Amino acid sequence: MTVPLTLLGLLEREPSHGYDLKRDYDAFFGRDKPLSFGQVYSTLSRLARDGKVVISDPEAGAGPDRKRYVITDAGATEVDSWLTEPVAPEPHLQTVLFAKVTLALLLDRPAEQYLDTQRAAHMQRMRELTTVKRSGRLVDSLLADHALFHIEADLRWIELTAARLDALAREVRR
Amino acid sequence: MTTVLEARDVHFAFGRTPALRGADLRLGEGEILAVMGPSGSGKSTLLHCLAGILVPDSGEIHFDGQRIDRLGETGRSALRRDKFGFVFQFGQLVPELSAEENVALPLLLSGVRRSAATAEARVLLERLGLDGLAARTSGELSGGQAQRVALARGLVARPRVLFADEPTGALDSLTGEQVMDLLVGSARAEGTSVVLVTHEPRVAAYADREVVVRDGKVLALTAEPAA
Repeated sequence: MTVPLTLLGLLEREPSHGYDLKRDYDAFFGRDKPLSFGQVYSTLSRLARDGKVVISDPEAGAGPDRKRYVITDAGATEVDSWLTEPVAPEPHLQTVLFAKVTLALLLDRPAEQYLDTQRAAHMQRMRELTTVKRSGRLVDSLLADHALFHIEADLRWIELTAARLDALAREVRR
Repeated sequence: MTTVLEARDVHFAFGRTPALRGADLRLGEGEILAVMGPSGSGKSTLLHCLAGILVPDSGEIHFDGQRIDRLGETGRSALRRDKFGFVFQFGQLVPELSAEENVALPLLLSGVRRSAATAEARVLLERLGLDGLAARTSGELSGGQAQRVALARGLVARPRVLFADEPTGALDSLTGEQVMDLLVGSARAEGTSVVLVTHEPRVAAYADREVVVRDGKVLALTAEPAA
C-alpha cells in the first residue's frame, strides 16, 4: 500500500524517471527491501492508468528508460490525504501473543515460559536495533527508533500480562 | 569470558521481608549486563550486594576470585573506592562542589594529588563534552549535564566494574540516550564491566545481555557468554 503512495510523494518533489525513483526510494525507504525495477514500472503504470501520474514526452536518448513521470492534481491530492490522515494503530502482534497466552492457560501449558521466551526474542531484536542506531546515519537511527518504541510497547504488555497471569488463568478457566 | 564478579545463592532480607532468595549471577570481563525486573523485585538490592554496599545474609559474592562478602566495612569501602564506580538515578553530585571537583573526588579519596586528580577530571569532562561546564555546581547544570558529570565521576578512577542504577530514570528519552551512548562508549573504550540496573527495555538494549530479577531470584533469559 505504501509503495505507490511513496513513489507519488517522491514525484511531488519533481518529475522523475523510473530509475531515479527507484534509487531515491531505496536510499530512504528500502534499505532492507529494495524495489525491483519491475515493481517500480508496474506501479507507475497503475498510477498512470488511475490518473495519478502522466508520462511527459519521451526524451531523446538510447536508453530504454526515457519516460518522465509527472504527478497529476489527483495524485497530489492523494499524497496530501495520505500524509494528513493518521495511520490506524496495528495491534497485530499483541493479538497473536494474547491468543497464545490465553490458549496456554486454557491448555494448562507454561504461559509464563512462553512470555519469557518472547521477551528474550524482543530484547534480542532491541539490541540489534540499538546497534544500528548507534552506528548508523540519522535516517537509520530514526527508523530503528520507530521499531524500538513498538517493540518496547509489546514488552510492556508482556510484563503486565506476566504479572497478571494468575488472575487471567482464573478468568479463562472459569 | 573471564568472570569478574559473581553472586552465588545470595539471600538478603530487610527485617522479615525477603528481597533476594537465592540469587545467582555472573558478570564477565568487559561485559555490559542489564539487570531488569519490576519495582520491588530485588534488583537494586542485588546491585548493592554485588557492590559491597550490603552484606548478604547468606551466599557468596566473588570479585576477581576473592570473596568480598567476608570483608569488613573497611575492606569493602576500599574496594568500592578503588575498583568500583557508581552512577545513580539522580546523579547525587555534591552540591557545594563544582563539576570538576565532583569528578576529581574519587581520585582525591584514593590519595591522588589534587593537581593530578583535577587534570584527570578535566580529561574526562572533555571526553563527555562537558569541558565548558567544569566550574559549575550541580544547581547550575541541567539534568542531563549533571548525569554526565556523575558518569564522569563514576569512570574517573578507571573502575573494573561500573554500577549504574537507573542512570537515565530521571531524564527524557533523547538526553537518556546521550547518557547511555557515553556510558557504553566509555565502558567499551576502557574495557570496564557494567552492571546496569534498569526497568526500561530501551536502556537494557544497550547491554550485551540481560537478566531478570523475579521474586528475589535471577533469571537468565539469554545464554551467558562461554566461560
